[in-house]
Amino acid sequence: MPVISTPLPQAAQERNLVLNMGPQHPSTHGVLRLVLEIDGETIVRLRPEIGYLHTGIEKTCEAKFYQQVVPLTDRIDYLCPLTNNLTYCLAVEKLLGLEIPPKAQWMRVLMNELTRINSHLVWLGTHAMDLGAMTVFLYCFREREDVLRLFEMVSGQRMMTSYFRIGGLALEPPLGFFERVKKFADRFPGNVDEYEGLLTGNPIFLMRTKGVAQISAEDAIALGACGPTLRGSGVDVDLRRDAPYTGYENFQFKVPVRSEGDVFARYVCRVQELRESIGIVQQALAGMPEGPVKADAPKVVLPDREKMKTQMEALIYHFKIITEGFSVPPGEVYQAVESPRGEMGYYVVSDGTAKPYRVHMRGPSYANLQTLAKMCEGHLIADVIAAIGSIDVVLGDIDR
Amino acid sequence: MPLSPAITEIDQLKSHPALARLLDSITSAVQAAKFDRDELTIQIERSFIREACAILRDDADCPFNYLSDLTCVDWYPSEPRFEVVYHLFSIPKKERVRLKTRLEGSSAVIESITSVWPSANFYEREVFDLFGVRFTGHPNLKRIMMPDDWEGHPLRKDYPVEGYR
Repeated sequence: MPVISTPLPQAAQERNLVLNMGPQHPSTHGVLRLVLEIDGETIVRLRPEIGYLHTGIEKTCEAKFYQQVVPLTDRIDYLCPLTNNLTYCLAVEKLLGLEIPPKAQWMRVLMNELTRINSHLVWLGTHAMDLGAMTVFLYCFREREDVLRLFEMVSGQRMMTSYFRIGGLALEPPLGFFERVKKFADRFPGNVDEYEGLLTGNPIFLMRTKGVAQISAEDAIALGACGPTLRGSGVDVDLRRDAPYTGYENFQFKVPVRSEGDVFARYVCRVQELRESIGIVQQALAGMPEGPVKADAPKVVLPDREKMKTQMEALIYHFKIITEGFSVPPGEVYQAVESPRGEMGYYVVSDGTAKPYRVHMRGPSYANLQTLAKMCEGHLIADVIAAIGSIDVVLGDIDR
Repeated sequence: MPLSPAITEIDQLKSHPALARLLDSITSAVQAAKFDRDELTIQIERSFIREACAILRDDADCPFNYLSDLTCVDWYPSEPRFEVVYHLFSIPKKERVRLKTRLEGSSAVIESITSVWPSANFYEREVFDLFGVRFTGHPNLKRIMMPDDWEGHPLRKDYPVEGYR
């Protein structure tokens, strides 16, 4: 791929053409609109125009009780609803000072890593398809279906799970769940070999990705990149290891880092993460503790149905939580979690009432999107598609 | 883990690298500090915010070189009404700090930190769009989420949740 980075002479700039890419374009992964200023096939300027999917979730959160916000967090990022649930729950639990039982923590790690696999599979399939490899897409979605069935098993929903609640989990995992996960985890590394066999050594894929849309570590930090986009540029950051939450300090895993900063480096980081995630799933299965999955906090956590039918007190608590919510001590918390796309942060401010005063979501896609102009300017139009795929944007996460 | 009371004495918090660095270089900018739920918050005088960010970014011992998040909270009807919140992260030292500054509703203007972190660009546009806080020195201060001809700023507390109908 030729790299043209010299500034254009004044006369050439008058010939520039403004081209709209999106919001309805199959390779922008949603309603992303890019305004491209091009000189022939070369991009002179790239400007993302966003907001087509803005639903005002942050405003809606301010009008809901704390526990009613959990289902809203699912809707932010359709590929990692559980990560969003987790970040919000951790933030509120930190505000409340709640202790979460070990089994709930390990289940959270397990489900979170399955979410990462789910998200990376969709990314890998669509990214490869954008670059012309149709088969990988079908293989990835075959395995993704298995992961979605696991989500359905625990929560009744394939995508909008709301499985993590403030104080623990919604339900005990059903009988036979761990066996199903085990079967999947044993088989999955072979599937990753299969995807890698189709892509990693494929000359067409290498031509489209190596040396394309490069970004240096300094630029990536200055522009706020996070997750695999940052690690692909050689910056060794992973919040699971650096600022452990929900028991990640009990797990051993490697953080894949590459220094090239191109599309291929980000591809390698994510594929390696698939293997590391399945390792974490195996560890979580092997060491899954016994015990309750909800914190002992009757004023915050909904009681079991059985208790409600037999105990007056449980019924009262249930009624109070549903009708009035629970009040949270005043304060503010910023909870950051390593989502499949990078640092997912929730800033929750409480004024002491039963409704959050302010919930701000710091979406990793929003941060990563700012690097796109730096990656693409001076390169060819076809490389924009590779670049968008490589930063793995989810528009719901950007527009909120 | 039951909640422990917040520490608000600046003297007790001096050991934190961010606060120590700011007190060394621009003492008058630090208005207050709070350590609550394992998170440090430093209240900065509004005119010093860009300088404070630059100092923390370039600190030799513990560089807070990554802007995690920038947002705003509206404390309507109390004044100063707007609270602009900066979350900084130190990639080498894995430390976090939160800077805050308050702005009156009548003069909701603050210096942009895009010259310190270009990544502030989108965040400041978002705060401008949804809260109506202006950032001086921002390269492209336009609405980002809402349509360009939208009236009002939806995340202000005096903007109804259902919108104006």
